[in-house]
Amino acid sequence: MKTIYLDNVATNPLHPEVLEAMLPYFRELYGNPLSLYEPGIKAREAVEKARENTASLINAKPKEIIFTASGAEANNFALKGIAYANQNKGKHIIISKIEHHSVLNTARFLEKSGFAVTYLPVDKNGIVNPEDVEKAINKETILISIIHASPEIGTIEPITEIGRIAKKKGVIFHTDAVASVGNIPVDVQSLGIDLMSFAAHQFYGPKGAGALYVREGTRIVPLIYGGIQEGGRRAGTENVPAIAGMGKAAELAKSNLQKRIDHIKPLRDKLISNALKIDKLLLTGHPDQRLPGHASFVVEYIEGEAMLLLLAAKGIYCASGSACSSKALKASPVLISIGIPSHLAQGSVVFTLGQDTSDENIAYFNETFPQIITRLREISPYAKGWEGMEDSSCTVKK
Amino acid sequence: MYSEKVMDHFTNPRNVGEMPDANGIGVEGNPVCGDVMKIYIKINEDKIVDAKFQTFGCGAAIAVSSMVTEMVKGMTLDEALKITKASLAEALDGLPPQKMHCSNLGADALHKAIADYRSKQK
Repeated sequence: MKTIYLDNVATNPLHPEVLEAMLPYFRELYGNPLSLYEPGIKAREAVEKARENTASLINAKPKEIIFTASGAEANNFALKGIAYANQNKGKHIIISKIEHHSVLNTARFLEKSGFAVTYLPVDKNGIVNPEDVEKAINKETILISIIHASPEIGTIEPITEIGRIAKKKGVIFHTDAVASVGNIPVDVQSLGIDLMSFAAHQFYGPKGAGALYVREGTRIVPLIYGGIQEGGRRAGTENVPAIAGMGKAAELAKSNLQKRIDHIKPLRDKLISNALKIDKLLLTGHPDQRLPGHASFVVEYIEGEAMLLLLAAKGIYCASGSACSSKALKASPVLISIGIPSHLAQGSVVFTLGQDTSDENIAYFNETFPQIITRLREISPYAKGWEGMEDSSCTVKK
Repeated sequence: MYSEKVMDHFTNPRNVGEMPDANGIGVEGNPVCGDVMKIYIKINEDKIVDAKFQTFGCGAAIAVSSMVTEMVKGMTLDEALKITKASLAEALDGLPPQKMHCSNLGADALHKAIADYRSKQK
């Protein structure tokens, strides 16, 4: 069966050139970058070349890049590292309600450790109001962390405006840019941020490779103590193949970014305009200010996991934010934050296109998606509307 | 994640739809939780002669509904009342643990449908 991968926000396939760039460091160039002889020097050169390419993708200096094992690690590092480095100045942190779990749960951990956290609301399109950020800042505030683009609803946040406010108020500003770096132009200078998390597998690089950008002069406490790797800020022998892969992926992303966007966006627009012809289907997230390959919906009267699995049976791979499709069995907090009622959030489905998505893929999708919806609505007791639905909270023991 | 049997009943559900002449109807679940099951049964002389369902929910919920409607056909009411979450899950070659409670509503909906029928007989 032909398969169509529309879950690029989960991860991307590895670019063949990236794999080629990684292979020597699994084989003959296995040295430890700290070793002083030839194989070690070669490995160190690979890491530093990758650092240059990674920095160049986001318009940073190489020494401002700290390699991590994932975007989640970078987010943990940013929040904990800045909180602990600045706790003498204050113990207040501002984040939004639509952060990734790696920011949200780190903030909750810090809350338990004596920090105060403000969770800013978003509007119906998922946008954080920069004025709310400004109002939330008090003399205790040491860090603002707002996601750059939401993987669930695609919305791109007004980071430049928030960055301006953070700078004016002298508060350190971090953004989780895992979903955006390599997919849209991201320039740390024009965004005015101090720290930024991103991950290679979101732009055709390998899994297990992420980075935290830390603006020169920003003090941060390490998450992992040990040796002098990454300037003493992240100990542990470097994952040289993964880092080399991240560097190559960053280089390719930089030179192909506009081409990728020009390819993906019209296909995505076609997908959305076709889907919106379906009755009782709603686009979630911002209609324009969104990731170029991102299309997210809630479909009334049916459930997301069922949609996801029937689409998978037809060779189409996608994601859902429904309670049933999550291991935690909770409806997506992001959908609840943009005002989607819980019973509608169950009908969440997310499609994310990539550079391999073709015209034929979208044509097949446009033909298949309405069929799946019709089929599930035929099974649903709510096919004629939400009549008889008790508008109560869920009491099922999970 | 799901057994072949679950996938079979989910992708080719049996006994889907309303039943205008049902003499017992049972609804269990809540769309806020993600699963709602509505079971229709037709009973003749204490025997279930037909069963249908409508379900809002995940793959497991749809498979459970399909399975329970298949199982009960031909059963007496007392036999049908012995169907449990566990026996339904077993008939489907198992369900993922996290789906055992929220999506496995077939037995409860069926028992409600039988209670509905019995209350109307009085």
